[in-house]
Amino acid sequence: MASYSTNEFKSGLKVMLDGDPCMILENEFVKPGKGQAFNRVKLRNLKTNRVSEKTFKSGDSLESADVFDCEMQYLYNDGDFHHFMEPENFEQHQASNSTVGDAALWLKEQDLCTVTLYNGTPLAVTPLNFVELEVVETEPGVRGDTATGGNKPARLSTGATVKVPLFVNQGEIIRCDTRSGEYVSRVKG
Amino acid sequence: MSSEDWRPGAPLENLRRRAQVLARIRAYFAAAQVLEVETPQLCPTTVTDPHLHSMQVPGHGYLQTSPEYAMKRLLAAGSGSIYQIARVFRADEMGCRHHPEFTMLEWYRVGFTPDQLIDDVAAVACLALGETRCVRHRYRDLFRTRLGLDPLSCSIDQLRAVARRHLDLAFDEADRDTWLELLMSQVIEPTLGIDTLSFVVDYPPSQAALARLHLDDEGQVVASRFELYHRGVELANGYHELLDANEQRARFAADLREREALGLPAIPIDESLLAALASGLPDCSGVALGLDRLIMLAVGSDSLREVIAFSPASPVWSTRTQPERTRTENQG
Repeated sequence: MASYSTNEFKSGLKVMLDGDPCMILENEFVKPGKGQAFNRVKLRNLKTNRVSEKTFKSGDSLESADVFDCEMQYLYNDGDFHHFMEPENFEQHQASNSTVGDAALWLKEQDLCTVTLYNGTPLAVTPLNFVELEVVETEPGVRGDTATGGNKPARLSTGATVKVPLFVNQGEIIRCDTRSGEYVSRVKG
Repeated sequence: MSSEDWRPGAPLENLRRRAQVLARIRAYFAAAQVLEVETPQLCPTTVTDPHLHSMQVPGHGYLQTSPEYAMKRLLAAGSGSIYQIARVFRADEMGCRHHPEFTMLEWYRVGFTPDQLIDDVAAVACLALGETRCVRHRYRDLFRTRLGLDPLSCSIDQLRAVARRHLDLAFDEADRDTWLELLMSQVIEPTLGIDTLSFVVDYPPSQAALARLHLDDEGQVVASRFELYHRGVELANGYHELLDANEQRARFAADLREREALGLPAIPIDESLLAALASGLPDCSGVALGLDRLIMLAVGSDSLREVIAFSPASPVWSTRTQPERTRTENQG
């Protein structure tokens, strides 16, 4: 497996630290004029999502982590596991509810999503930036009220709750931004 | 490349301020009858310091990491006090406060003690920063009061334990000077000179570099070296210059042994400098000041990009061949 020296650390690089896969967020070079150089490196542990700042001696290296993103189709949830499939080779993967986490709130069966694999097994799931989901529960729409800017909560078919404008009705399809958890627009059925 | 990438990274207003600071510095030294000199940036040899990486130009030699050796040859030849505003180069140094190519203001005052030179450095810094109060700390006292240990006598284990209390470290083993440099640069330095010019004096003898040694008030051998910090930024490094050619040769040899242990390439020793020292360097104190950093602080910025017209884009700018690092750490 390849290894990377501190001066190759850049944002997004995936490395192994203390046995866990981590992603480098920031790398700041610090050096006394006459002395040993150091790198202060901010990393996110990809298993726990915890961010820490580690100090390295410049020139030290870390092994790269076998972590890569794969686009998959979400199939179904059997209660314990979410099941995904690689569209090209139909290979299936299962991820525990804790691995999927809040991403589950945006996963509709048959939709595509990004599954991060670590040594071949799912480490994290990221929904598409924009998803189109059905409103299954909200107060009745206020007809014609497209201007007042008020909003109300709406529960979606996947379980997420978003704030929608007053004119949105139960049974309609809306487009949401999964990164902010916000309503974007109505989708014509 | 976007259509705007040709533009300078620094605001023109900062570049005008930069020109103004340079003009004031030149006027200051002219009034003090310190001679402006220029020495080659490209020389057949370079520093042996294990922590400075020179860029090699095949067939020509090395780009200089500081103009120190050439300036000392001028001093030995009878130049009297001299200064230089020099472009210098250091491989593998890139960050908010580090550029692989930067501008160094280096000067030597014949007959000055380090105390006199500290006053001179403060005056030059104030040309850029405006009137700023000076404070002075002994290196040893800083460690005692801020970290609760004596840097000259404590054990490596104590240094490691204190470092672990303050920092999340990705390494366990390091030699004594590395622990000291870690604590100084990561823990103490950020707190120095917040609203003052903070001079640190009397460095450990192992960090003397090209400074003489002397006995401090407690009878301890320390290096006649000082550093200036302002707003948590290292700005200048000065010495009561070592005059003894034999001692200098021994320090070069020690550097080369350490380079070998670290798997770094050997550097041909600068025999011209040693011959100049042997022929007689006048008693003098000298200092190197990072001019870009001084201007950065003068304009109230925290990045060199704001005061350098065109900064390198890539975080990696290395012309040094990376050695295989299978480093065995010296427990020191």
